[in-house]
This record gives sequence, structure tokens and C-alpha cells, in this order.
Amino acid sequence: MSTPAVQVIRPVRGFAGFRLHELWRYRELLAFLTWRNILVRYKQTALGIAWAVLQPLFLMVVLTLFFGSFAKRGGIPGPIFFYAGLVPWTFFANAVTQSSNSLVGNANLISKVYFPRLTAPIASVLAALVDFAAAFSVLIVLMLAYHTYPSTWAVAMLPALLLLAIVTALGSGLWFSALNVAYRDVQFVIPFLLQIGLFASAVAFSTANVSEPWRTLLGLNPMATVVQGFRWALLDAQPGPGWMAVLSIPVALALLASGAVYFRQLERTFADVI
Amino acid sequence: MSSRAIEVEGLGKQYRIGASMPAYRTLRDSIADMARGRRERPSREMIWALRDVSFEVEQGRAIGVIGANGAGKTTLLKILSRITEPTAGEARVRGLVGSLLEVGTGFHPELTGRENTYLNGAILGMPRREITRKFDEIVSFAGVEKFIDTPVKRYSSGMYVRLAFAVAAHLDSDILLVDEVLSVGDFGFQRRCLGKMQEQTSAEGRTVLFVSHNLASVKMLTERCLWLDKGRIQAFGPTDEVFRRYVASHGESTRGGFVDLSDVTVGRPRGKQLGGELCFESLELIDAEGRRTDTHLSGDPITFRIQVRATQPVSARVTVRCLVSTVEGVVVFSTESGPREAELEPGVYEITMALDPSPLQPGTYTVELDVVTMSDYAAAASQDLLPTAATFHVEDNPAFADERFAILYERRGLVRVDGEWSPLAEAHDPTGELDAALPASQQG
Repeated sequence: MSTPAVQVIRPVRGFAGFRLHELWRYRELLAFLTWRNILVRYKQTALGIAWAVLQPLFLMVVLTLFFGSFAKRGGIPGPIFFYAGLVPWTFFANAVTQSSNSLVGNANLISKVYFPRLTAPIASVLAALVDFAAAFSVLIVLMLAYHTYPSTWAVAMLPALLLLAIVTALGSGLWFSALNVAYRDVQFVIPFLLQIGLFASAVAFSTANVSEPWRTLLGLNPMATVVQGFRWALLDAQPGPGWMAVLSIPVALALLASGAVYFRQLERTFADVI
Repeated sequence: MSSRAIEVEGLGKQYRIGASMPAYRTLRDSIADMARGRRERPSREMIWALRDVSFEVEQGRAIGVIGANGAGKTTLLKILSRITEPTAGEARVRGLVGSLLEVGTGFHPELTGRENTYLNGAILGMPRREITRKFDEIVSFAGVEKFIDTPVKRYSSGMYVRLAFAVAAHLDSDILLVDEVLSVGDFGFQRRCLGKMQEQTSAEGRTVLFVSHNLASVKMLTERCLWLDKGRIQAFGPTDEVFRRYVASHGESTRGGFVDLSDVTVGRPRGKQLGGELCFESLELIDAEGRRTDTHLSGDPITFRIQVRATQPVSARVTVRCLVSTVEGVVVFSTESGPREAELEPGVYEITMALDPSPLQPGTYTVELDVVTMSDYAAAASQDLLPTAATFHVEDNPAFADERFAILYERRGLVRVDGEWSPLAEAHDPTGELDAALPASQQG
């Protein structure tokens, strides 16, 4: 056995770094928390993981009924057009809702045990990815049913678009979860923001409905790029998210970086304030 | 080789307290603060939960941490386990730290015993492989084999605690920080856990910091002891010596023991205002040394000195009754002074009731006082009744911690009773059956 490492505990002044190596050391806990989030979410529900599919499906029906004639779909059938946008959007909404509650919901853990606090919101986002996978597989079934197949290389951009969604969700999740510890107002604000986001992210319409320069400016909201990007990659919906992405990527990265710094900054007071 | 496992130097932790500190801030507060301007913010009252704490612990030692509530014991453990940051000073900790500030942290009611075992292990810092390896041992230690695939929300509270503690007891770490967790769970199980902890202390060179109110278990587990008082170290040294000083200081550090009852209105059906002939004036609780205190050691005598005011001349048979209950409301006993004939002029009178030795076990108790007059057998009239005249505490007596096997034979039940025992002697058996059986078994 090697000599055990010495841990020095002292007050930290200024920014303490992200301590990513420590996060790596606790990867097993991250896996366990993710697994718990998934397990607990559907315990004692009759429909179980089917809810992950039913949520976007119901919204799809509503949007098809009310916005079906308004959205410029370029010949794409309504249900599949809306559902393709709802899949990444539902992931984002779930990830943000759950991660913003991840610290307050684990208050007893935070105040009784040490672990890198970043694991809590990250585990929530990872758990939401499982729901995403379920909803996405239904999307594939729908595409087969409507005989709609991706025909261009654009489909290869799908992982990048998903990554953009993850970065955006985690960035928002870090901000909201840290804010929620000090200000419980956050839990009232989030449902409201997500309702607005549903419309601001072009879920209910196509970016073809928006004229320039507003269309490109919509890219300030990375989720608008993701939503339109999914339709573009899978269904050849026009226009592609090209210029929007140029705006979205730096916005998403800035959101993640600032969220992480803010989170780390507040982290040291979590146990005292929560 | 005795290397230092824990070195603490000038450690301090400051908290905000008082009405100006809400449990958590709302956005409105922050906006209001901003509007007021930062400088005009009311200065918040700060208190040091821990101040200038310095000590060293050698590897493999078990250290007890004692002190009254709010002395900073938990804060110390929270800093050492990195749950919260210190405000001042520094601590160096050598090796993997396991902390047990609560049993079953992270247990989720919806998950099964098996799932919770893995999850709780991961939270405490056990690698998955290690949990898998120890899984059967943990489950049989907790005795929940049959229910391991049942959600823990269906567990009895005893099973829940046993499983939670079993996971923690199997945690391998160089340093173990334990806070008051042994106060839960049933007695036999506590004993096994203490055994498990001790076995690991001596055999594996593990360092243990052990916070407890149960002086007997501190005494049994530790050779050295740290006594904290109001965030500062009062004493650090051999457990026996620290205990002696801790007990000696006791009478001085506690207040109370005197209650002015003349103005009490809560729960008082008749009082001075209502024209009772006799009303309670005051109640004093007095310890073995004749000092007024609301904190007593178990087994020591307690004297109740009760003052009663006669508001008018009284000529009747008078009974004062005193009823002692636990804070949970379980009546431990009641005792009456009479009835006795009394001829009283208006004025203040005094009566005492002594419990010597007091049968009360460690805990918090309330006193109900009641005074009744009887002019004849048929007409009894309650003159004054105080449902909670006073509250007092009985604490663990370190004298009992000296008894051998104090943990094994901790006194249980509401009262501490010393039965009069004969020596173990040859059986007296009128039927003669035992007499026939006994020699055979003795031979075998």
C-alpha cells in the first residue's frame, strides 16, 4: 500500500478550479445517482418509462391540431414534423427541471456527506438522456410509418446537435440548481420559462415562418438551433440551422462555462445554506 | 510507527445567526438589499461555532468528542469530512475519510434494500466491487435477508436502521468520523456495531473520531477524549481525566433549577386570579451538593423545593402532588405529600420532596404540580394545578460508565432500579426434579 494522500482543508479564497479529476474519481457515484434518478422516476407508476414517450406524443397531437396549418412544413407530415422537434425539446425540459432540483432534492445528502456537488446536476441530465433514447426510438418508428427517411449527409450532424442540447441543458441546470439552493423562487420560474421556451425554440412552428434577420437571431437560443436542426437532419426540413448554429455554439459554451464557475463559487456554502 | 492521521490548527467556523438570517434567501430579499445599497445592510450577528481548535490525532487511535449541544462537535466533523468549509485555520487529514453523520444518508424509500445498499455504499465512497464482495456479509449483519428485494419504505424502522448501519459499519476507510449514530437502532444491534467499530480500530489501524452523548460508549471505545465547549477546546487528553473535569464543571456550567410559578397562566385552571386558597409560588430543583440546577446526573439525589402561597387562612387537609413525565408525555411516577391537616395563615410556605437516589434514567422530564384541599372526605377541591411547572434533564452519570460492561448491561427502561440480588447459590427446589438433574449436568 502506498502512503495515503494528505488532504489539506482550509478556507478557499477566490476561484478554486473545476476539480475535474475529482469528478472522475467519483464517476461510480455519478453512475449510481444517474441510475437512481431513472429508477426512482418511474417507481410506482403504472405506465413506467412509457411516460417518456407519452409526454412528447401528447404534445405532438396538440401541436398538430392547433399549429398544423400555420407551420411551414415543406410537405412533411404534421405529426412527424412536430414530434421530431419535441424529442430534443422534451429532453431539454426534463433535464433542466430535474437538474435544477438536484441539489435541493438531495439536501440531506449535501448536508451529511461529501461528494463533488457537480455530480448531482450532471446525473440528472444523464438520466434525462435515457428518456430521450426512449422517445427517439419512437421517432424512428414514426419515420418508418410515414416512409420518411433522412436522405442527406445532414443526419451525421445529429450527434453534434444532441451534444449542443446537452451542453445547453447542463449549463442551464448548473445555474438553476445553484440558484435554487439560495433562492427557492427558481422552482416557480422554471415551468414558466420552459413554457416560453417551447415557443421560443421553434417547436410549434418552422424557422421558415420567420424572416431574416430574426431567423438567425433565433440562434441566440441554442435550443431553437437544436429543434430546427433535428428536423433538418432527419426530415430534410428547410432551412438548415447553419447560421443559427454559428450563434448558438458560443452561447451554449458560455452558458456552460459561466454556470460551472457560478456553481463552484456557491458550492462551498451549499451545506450551510440548503 | 505513529504518524499523524489528523492535524488541526486554529480551525474555526463562523455562522450567521439571529432573526436577520432567514433559512434561505429569496430573490425579493436580494433585490431589497440591492435597493437599499450594500452598505446599509443590517450587520448580521455572527457566531463562531468553532474557534481556535487545534489538536492532533495519531493514526490508529480512537478519539471521543464530548460536549453539550451546540458545542461544535458536529461542525468539527463536518469540516473534517469536507462537507462544509472552515472560516479560519487548517486541517490536514491523512488517508481516505469515511463519515457517518447520519445513518442511511441517501436511502431512497422507493428503492429496494439491495439497491439502497449499493447506492448508500457509493455515497459513502465504497467502490462497487467492494460492496459486491461484502454484500452478503452486510445483509446478514443487518439480518434482513428475506426483505432485501423489498422497497425500504415497507421496512420497519428497526430494519431500516440496521441495514443502513450495516453498510456503514463495513466501510473501509483510514479515518472514520462518527456522529451520534449509535443512539438509534435497538440495543443488541448497537452493541454489535460498537464491537465492529472497535475491532476495526485496533486491527486495521483505523483512526476514529467518535461523537456521542453516551459517555459509557465513549469510555468503552476511546482512550483519549476531546471536550468542546461553545466551540472551543476545554480539554484534550486521556478519557478518564477529561471525564473527571467534564463532570466537575457540570454544576457550574448549567443554569436554571429555579422556576417562578406565580405568574404562570398557561394550562392553569385556577390560580391567584381565580381565587384559589393555595397557589404555587416557585419550584426549585436541587442536586446532591445543594446547588440549584436543571441538569442532574442519573442515580444522584434530586430534591424538589416547592413554595406555596396561602391567599387566605386555610384550615383543611392539604395534599401537594408532584407528577413526573418524560417529554414524550409518558408518566414516570407521581407522589403525594398527604393529605395532612394544616392550619395556615396567609403567607408563603415551603415543602420539599426528595428522590434519593433518583430513579430517573437519562432524558428530559417535565413536572406537574397539583395542590388539593379537603375540608372533609367528600369535598376535595383542587386549588392550583400546573401541568408543566418545570422541565429538567437527567444526564448520563460517568460513575456508571466506570462499571464493567457498562455497554453490555446498560440500564434500560423508564427507571433505574437496583434490585437486591442474592449470591448465586445451589437451587432450592421443592419438587426435587431439579436436584436430580443438576448434578448430572454439572458433571457433564
